[in-house]
Amino acid sequence: MKKIAPTLIVAAIAVLPLLGLSTYILHVLILTIMWSVIGMAWNLLGGFCGQVSFGHAAFFGVGAYTSGILYNKFGISAWWGMPASIGVVAVFALFIGFITLRLRGPFFALGTLAVGVILRVTAENLPDVTEGNLGIMIRERSWVDKTWYFYIILTLAVLVFLLVKKVVGSRLGYYFVAIREDQDAAESLGINTTYYKTIALCLSAVITGLAGAFYTNYMGYIDPKVVFALHDISIVVIMVVMVGGVATFWGPVVGSAIMVLLAELIRSIPMLGAAHLTFFGVLLIVIIIFLPNGIIGDIPKLKRLLGIRKNL
Amino acid sequence: MTSVQLEVLLQTIISGIFLGGLYALLAIGMTLIMGVMKIINLAHGELMMVGMYIAYALFSFFKIDPYIAVFIAAPVLFGLGVLLQKFLINPVMKVDSILPENQVILTVGIGMVLANLATIFFSSDYRSTPVTYATKAWYISDFWKDSPLELSISLPWSVSFFFAILITAVLWFFLTKTDLGKSIRATAQDNDAALLMGVNVMRMRMLTFGLGSSLVGAAGCLFLPIYYLFPDIGGQFTLIAFVITILGGLGSTVGAILGGLVLGVFESLTATYVGMGWAPVGRFIIFIAVLIFIPGGIVSLFKK
Repeated sequence: MKKIAPTLIVAAIAVLPLLGLSTYILHVLILTIMWSVIGMAWNLLGGFCGQVSFGHAAFFGVGAYTSGILYNKFGISAWWGMPASIGVVAVFALFIGFITLRLRGPFFALGTLAVGVILRVTAENLPDVTEGNLGIMIRERSWVDKTWYFYIILTLAVLVFLLVKKVVGSRLGYYFVAIREDQDAAESLGINTTYYKTIALCLSAVITGLAGAFYTNYMGYIDPKVVFALHDISIVVIMVVMVGGVATFWGPVVGSAIMVLLAELIRSIPMLGAAHLTFFGVLLIVIIIFLPNGIIGDIPKLKRLLGIRKNL
Repeated sequence: MTSVQLEVLLQTIISGIFLGGLYALLAIGMTLIMGVMKIINLAHGELMMVGMYIAYALFSFFKIDPYIAVFIAAPVLFGLGVLLQKFLINPVMKVDSILPENQVILTVGIGMVLANLATIFFSSDYRSTPVTYATKAWYISDFWKDSPLELSISLPWSVSFFFAILITAVLWFFLTKTDLGKSIRATAQDNDAALLMGVNVMRMRMLTFGLGSSLVGAAGCLFLPIYYLFPDIGGQFTLIAFVITILGGLGSTVGAILGGLVLGVFESLTATYVGMGWAPVGRFIIFIAVLIFIPGGIVSLFKK
């Protein structure tokens, strides 16, 4: 059962558009899948390798702008941004990793946070390249219907899920966990920690960048405040993983479902719309205090709290 | 260099020093918390924002001057800091989890809630306190008739700077001359040793978080006559405070003062000679450069 469960879940999700769902529900589903992709990417670096990044918006934004600039400056379809972003983001991540990966723990977190802010301000101040605060608009949309977007992001999510599973199960994954648990011990066992941390960062960044390129195509409009947002991207992705479960395979998926649904729910209640960050903040605080390893990571604890005992 | 260019340069440096004095106050609070509790408080700027809104509310309802509001906002922020530390941060420091950065993420959550609550209560409009002296200035020629250069110094900036120096001096006296201050410094230097010497470490942590919060609240009141106020103002000041603590040297009060002045002057120069919008980029380039080239901060340069 455990082996085929993922296939069943994916199959169940894949038939959803055939049920004739409204555009809005499809939109929420697409957002959920997109966030779980970014969550899985963050989890690879933050959860498994232990390098907590506060600046994933940087990679998301670079991916999004790769797409946007290809369309806007070179006049080719923004979909080329998805393959192109792999190369661009990888090079960018190598450069960022070279600077920030020599930092540890909270310092790495704040170094990456700084990278995100630097990119936002740079994008705002270079109107010749990025159109500045005006943003880039994709004027020719590929499809009005959202079904194709749904399948594209679903395919990406499945591929990323398999990749993460493959990587974590391999020697590489063991190195990542060793680095997370004790970097000095890992180093003394002959693991080239900087090298493996760079690999983790590049993988994570490239996946995030792909999601960013998809975002440009899907939403059709980007500006620096949206794609390089600190709270709405860098922090939300941390929340997605924290809520769902750090260093688990399904954590980001569960987390993004909860976060996106919660966001949509709060937004739809007129009185509470303005307070959505308060809800997120309180949720984050509650999760950190009571379920520090997230919903999936703390299932045993949850069961105990709810009074369900496993029958042995 | 013509005298006009020289005037612009001096003017820029002077306003940079004034800005730096206020930055230093902001950063001392953060560096104290970092030294004693070993955590990075990413809600620091949001606490400052709370201080600013307290001063703003006092001004608009009771016509209390922001400089007097310092004496009300600082104790309120002290209480808020103590409560946050006791009921949120302390429990998390005990919880076991995969990621050690949980406390940092927790402070992000606290900051989000504070900023959002401010939006709900005060709306996201930009506000300012229309104090009567907002545009007044001193001129060098008022004091020195035949001065070759004409420099003007804004009145609210200089008063804020004076207050910042005063508060820093009082804090320095508290930390070096009183028993309580010495206990705080002992806790920062070595938690366990302080505990063995009979220092109530838990109490010191609460006190420090309260003290750091009240400092940043005071800084908020001092910024109010000069800056616009809006609920999301906190984030950028958290980053500024953090950059300064790294620049000055972690946990060092002297470093925070020096770092604040350096950053203030640097930002002022960038704003004049490169462009207003680029000041944040310069700030983070300093940050990354310091992390790479002088990881111990400015203070470590003096120790050599």
